[in-house]
Formats: sequence, structure tokens, C-alpha cells
Amino acid sequence: MKYVKTFAASAIIVATAFTSSVFAGTLENVKKKGYVQCGVSTGLPGFSYTDDSGTWKGLDVDVCRAVAAAVLGDASKVKYTPLTAKERFTAVQSGEVDILSRNTTWTLTRDSSLGLNFAGVNYYDGQGFLVQKKLGVKSAKELDGASVCIQAGTTTELNLSDYFTANGMKYTPITYDKSDETVKGFDAGRCDVLTSDQSQLYALRIQMSNPEGAVVLPEVISKEPLGPVVRQGDDEWFNVVKWSLFAMLEAEDLGISSANADAKKTGTNPNDLRFLGVGSKMGELLNIPNDWAYNIVKQVGNYGEAFDRNVGKDSPLKIARGINALWKDGGFQYAPPVR
Amino acid sequence: MSNKINNSDSPGKPPFWNDPAVRSIFFQTLLLIGVFGFLYYIASNTLDNMAKRGISTGFAFLDYKAGFGILMSLIDFTESDSYGKTFFVGLLNTLLVSGIGIVFATIMGFIIGVTRLSKNWLLARIAAVYIETFRNIPLLLQILFWYFAVLRSLPSPRQSWSFFDSFFLNVRGLYIPKPVFESGFSLTLIFLAIGIIGAIFVKKWARKRLDATGQPFPVFYTSLGLILGLPVLAFLVTGAPLTWEMPALTGFNFTGGLPIIPELMALGLSLTIYTAAFIAEIVRAGILSVSHGQTEAAHALGLKTGPTLQLVIIPQALRVIIPPLTSQYLNLTKNSSLATAVGYPDLVAVWAGTTLNQTGQAVEIILTTMAVYLTISLSISFVMNIYNKRVALIER
Repeated sequence: MKYVKTFAASAIIVATAFTSSVFAGTLENVKKKGYVQCGVSTGLPGFSYTDDSGTWKGLDVDVCRAVAAAVLGDASKVKYTPLTAKERFTAVQSGEVDILSRNTTWTLTRDSSLGLNFAGVNYYDGQGFLVQKKLGVKSAKELDGASVCIQAGTTTELNLSDYFTANGMKYTPITYDKSDETVKGFDAGRCDVLTSDQSQLYALRIQMSNPEGAVVLPEVISKEPLGPVVRQGDDEWFNVVKWSLFAMLEAEDLGISSANADAKKTGTNPNDLRFLGVGSKMGELLNIPNDWAYNIVKQVGNYGEAFDRNVGKDSPLKIARGINALWKDGGFQYAPPVR
Repeated sequence: MSNKINNSDSPGKPPFWNDPAVRSIFFQTLLLIGVFGFLYYIASNTLDNMAKRGISTGFAFLDYKAGFGILMSLIDFTESDSYGKTFFVGLLNTLLVSGIGIVFATIMGFIIGVTRLSKNWLLARIAAVYIETFRNIPLLLQILFWYFAVLRSLPSPRQSWSFFDSFFLNVRGLYIPKPVFESGFSLTLIFLAIGIIGAIFVKKWARKRLDATGQPFPVFYTSLGLILGLPVLAFLVTGAPLTWEMPALTGFNFTGGLPIIPELMALGLSLTIYTAAFIAEIVRAGILSVSHGQTEAAHALGLKTGPTLQLVIIPQALRVIIPPLTSQYLNLTKNSSLATAVGYPDLVAVWAGTTLNQTGQAVEIILTTMAVYLTISLSISFVMNIYNKRVALIER
């Protein structure tokens, strides 16, 4: 009992000595622990959701799976953390997740003052409005005085306020924490309008009690480039995530898919061979295995396959490629060359 | 014969390393240094790491434009106001719902607690069922139930339920006429203040008279007359300077009038019902703690149940009731942060939710939120402890 105080004091000193600020890179950590910790949404059809057997699916989920395939060789080595719009940035800033792949818009504030880096754009989107058909509203300019359901802590809130101020209209914001709560509020009639990214509107409309009774207005009031997010100060990991996304785009550009990847590997086209890691050391430059791109395409597919499967023609959402098509098909998706 | 005590036989002052006073000061200083050193290390380590990661720190964000709207605000708030103002909007909303909750929960809790002890078997059982049901269901579930049950059963604005064509109830809220005060109204308020002060003096004077001569005085009705009668008189004399702004249906929603949003109604209702169940049990414990001899003596003096409770039992029971009651008030205030579940714009939803996410400065915002709740709780405790000290039994 006499020495309790001295013991406590010395314990504090010893503990202080051991906690040095060693900033081990995320890439090393991921290789050591053997999986990628991926931050996703709490359930958004098409982007990150669980199916009836509890498996995570979606366009954002596929980005994490691609990174796992590139670094660890196995796309299933991912653990998912569902995050609301309010918690997502704190989770990635503190290191709780390695990547945030949660339909997050790339903005200046987020790129600078939050200590984060955006590793690319996996979906070009815009903000739109969903209204009940029975209101008879044909355009967003007729929404003066409406009450609007929104998700808290998103660029949606800010864009909404700017749009209504710019057009001299008034509105009442009703903010919820999660996107399915906004749907419930809209369904129950608490608000006239539901606003979110257009892709989310199509996804959320499916969850309603009467999907045919709601209509998406034609106006798109903002640019919403959605992409994966990592921490600043970790360039090695940033490069890996960036090039995993580019690999999916480049694969579609070269015409390589999960079906023909094996055939292309034994083919003769030098672009294909260099991309798939045959006789090239692209992987080593990123500090990952040389067959990183092959693993991505074989296990996750190229961008077109992921798009069709999750949000496009093979999914219930049926969103057209539109501006998310490749550059040579008239869209915005363009990957720098893998060489 | 007086003997002086020989001081040379008593032990002298011990050496300073054995002196209890010196040792206590030494170890307390060491502990203080340890604690503050630890806190300083934590703070500087956090700031260091945040600077390394490029996360901005400091309170400069308080002046930036907020850029988002808030559903309900007791002060004027537009999108072009600063983040600092969102703090005050959230704070006022939290205080509003906590205040309403505390007042109504106390009233309901006292009534139900006394009912639980009623001699009427049915009433006592109903109160017991109420207490057991609402104490045992988690508060978040109750809030969600009231919110979605309230929402689903109310009609849309075009088909509102209207009372006297001035009160409208629909899924967007309860719309009541808003009082518009014109210039002569301050006189009414002055007379209201005079009425209240007059009532206090009447009560003091009646008490003195009771102690001196034993004659009771109808204090309640006199006070009521003063507090209500004087302002009404002033109101009529100045020509009724009060008009009402009626809510009217325009386009999508009602404009004008005072809207009470369903989020506030659901949150207030569920907080009140939940906390009232706990307060009822505390009241019951307090009343049971008063020895039964008191009730018997009061009955022997000819007092009926009502006056017995009011004059004999409750004043003594209050000594036991007040400390746990303070805890329940603090619980209610902290539970109001569950407002984020239903979209009520309280401090946590607006400041530690939207503003935190838009600025990314989690550490500063969470620390300030914790400081606010700590201050509110300490203030409530402080006020209740003053009352506690006044009624404490002073043992001889």
C-alpha cells in the first residue's frame, strides 16, 4: 500500500516511453493483418448493401474488393464497417477504416481541411428531387414553400439551400440520420420532396410502399463526383487505391473482362500482357504483387461489368451508363495508361 | 499545587521526511503533476497527430457561413448565418425540450406516484401497469414508436383536422394561432409582474398571521385573483392590444401561425411518459418513507386525506424525493440527445451532427458538446441542492 503512488507514477512514465508516434503505412498494416477494413454505407441499393445471405454487394463494395484483390490476391479478404453520413469522416481520419467507399462527394473542403485524399471518381452523379406524383409538380422551380427530407451532414443539405436561395424560393428542411429514415419520412407524408443524388433516388424509390407513385424531377442541381477516400500523408496506400480503380477502367478500355482474362493472358497483345502482369513489374513499383490487375479483373470484373451488375442493366435500378460511360463512348470515365 | 507539564519528556518534532503534513503535501503535488502531465501529453499528442494528418484545428470555423437550413429555431436563423449560430440554435432547442419534459414529467410523476398508493384498487393497479410498462421499454424505441405512430395516423395538410378553424393538426405539425403583441401590451406584462409579487407578499403575510393568531387565510384563491385579475384588467383598459395570426393553407403547407413540429411533440411526449414512470416510483418511495404515525396523528386531528397529504406527508417526503428526482432531471436532459433519431434539431443533431460533418472538426465540437451537457447538469444539481439544504433535517 505504501508504494502504490510511486508504482503508479513509474507506470505512467514507462507507458509514455513506449507510445512513440510511429506512423506505420496502411499498406504494411493491411498486408500484416491480411484484410482490408472498408467503410461503407448503412445500406444503399446499388452502391453498398447486404443481400439476403448477408453478403455485401454494390459498386462501392467492388472498389474495396478490387483493392483487396490487388494487395492480397483475394477479393473476399475485406471486412465492412457500416457508417452513417455523420460518422464517415471521423472513421477514416482516425484509422478505424482503411478506405471509405461510401458514395462520398469530392469537394474542396473535404480534400483540404479534413486531412483526406480522394482516390478517384467511381461514379459521376448529380443531385435531384423526388416528389409524389399526386402533387402534380413538373419542375423543381415549382417547389416554393415545400418541406424537404434530407440526410444530415451531406453536400445535399448545402446544395439544396444554395439552389432555393438562388431561385428565391423557401423550403423547410427535415433532416434525418440515415437514408432509409428519409424514405420513411417521405413515405409517411412528412415532407413533399426527397432530395439526394439521383442514383440514390432511384435506389430509394424501390424501398417505398408505392414506387410508381413517386417521380424523379428532371432538374439536376449539382455535380456530385463520388469516389473512395483515404487519409492524407500515406502516399503509398493512396497510389494503390487510385490505381486499383484505374485498373478496372483500363481493363474495360482494353476489352479485358473476367470472362476473357485468362485467354488474354496467353495472347500476344503487348498492352494486354503488360496490364495483366506478364513480363512486367508494374506491381512491384506500387509495392504489391505483379498480377494485381489480373486478380482485380478476374475476381471483381472490369468497370463495365461492375456497373451493369450493380446499378445498370443487370440490376433492379437500370441506370443508363450516361456520363459514366468510357471516354470513347461519350462519357467521362478515363484512366491514365498502365505503363 | 499546579504542576507544569514537563515538555522535555514529550517527543519532539519528527524529521521532515516523517512529518505527516509534509508527506501529504509532497504526495499530493506529485499526483497533481502526474495528472496534469498526463492531460498535457494527451492534448499535445492529439494536436501533433492532427497536424501531421492535415486535419485543421482551432475554432476559426465558428465564423464560416453555415450554408444549411434548420427545421425549427427559437431565434432567427437563415442559411447565411455562421456555424457559431447553429450552436445556439441547437442549444435553445435542447433547453426547450428538456424544460418541457421536466415540467410535465414532474407533474405526471407526482400524480401517478400518489395514485399508485391510492386505496382504490383499480386506480392503484392502473398506475402500477403504467409504471411497469414505460419503465421497462428502452427510451429510443418509445421515441421511434411515438414519432412513427404519430406520423402514420395524422392526415396530410390538405385534409388537416381543424378545431374552431384556428387550430390545425396534420402530419406536418400542430399549427396554432400566433399572438401578435402590439404597443400597449407591456402594461399588461407589468401588471402581471405586480400580481405575482403581490401574491408572494400575501402568502408571507398569511403565514405570519397564521403563526400569530391561528386563523387560516384563502391564500390560493387570493393569489389566483391577483395573478389573473390584474393583468386582465390592464389588458381590457388598454383596449386589448393583441391580435392573432391565423395559420392558413397556401400551396403545399400552412403559413402563418405557430407551428409545433411533430418531432418536438413525439420527443416531448416520449421523454415525459418515460421519465414520469421513474418519478412516480421515487414519489412513492418518498411517501412511504414518512412514518405511518404521521398519517394516523393527522387523521386523529380530523384532517382528511387531501390536506393530510398536502400539509403533513409531502413536505416530509420531499426530503427523500429531491435527490433522486435531481438524477431523473439530469437523465431527461441527457436523453433529449436521442432527438437525432427523429430529426428534431437539438444540440447533438445540429452541432455535433451536421456542423461536425460539414467542418470535419470532430474533437473541438464533441468537447464543446460535452462541456455544454456538463454545465446544464451541474446547474440543475446546483439549484436542487440549494432546495435540499433548506429542507434538510438539522439534528440537535
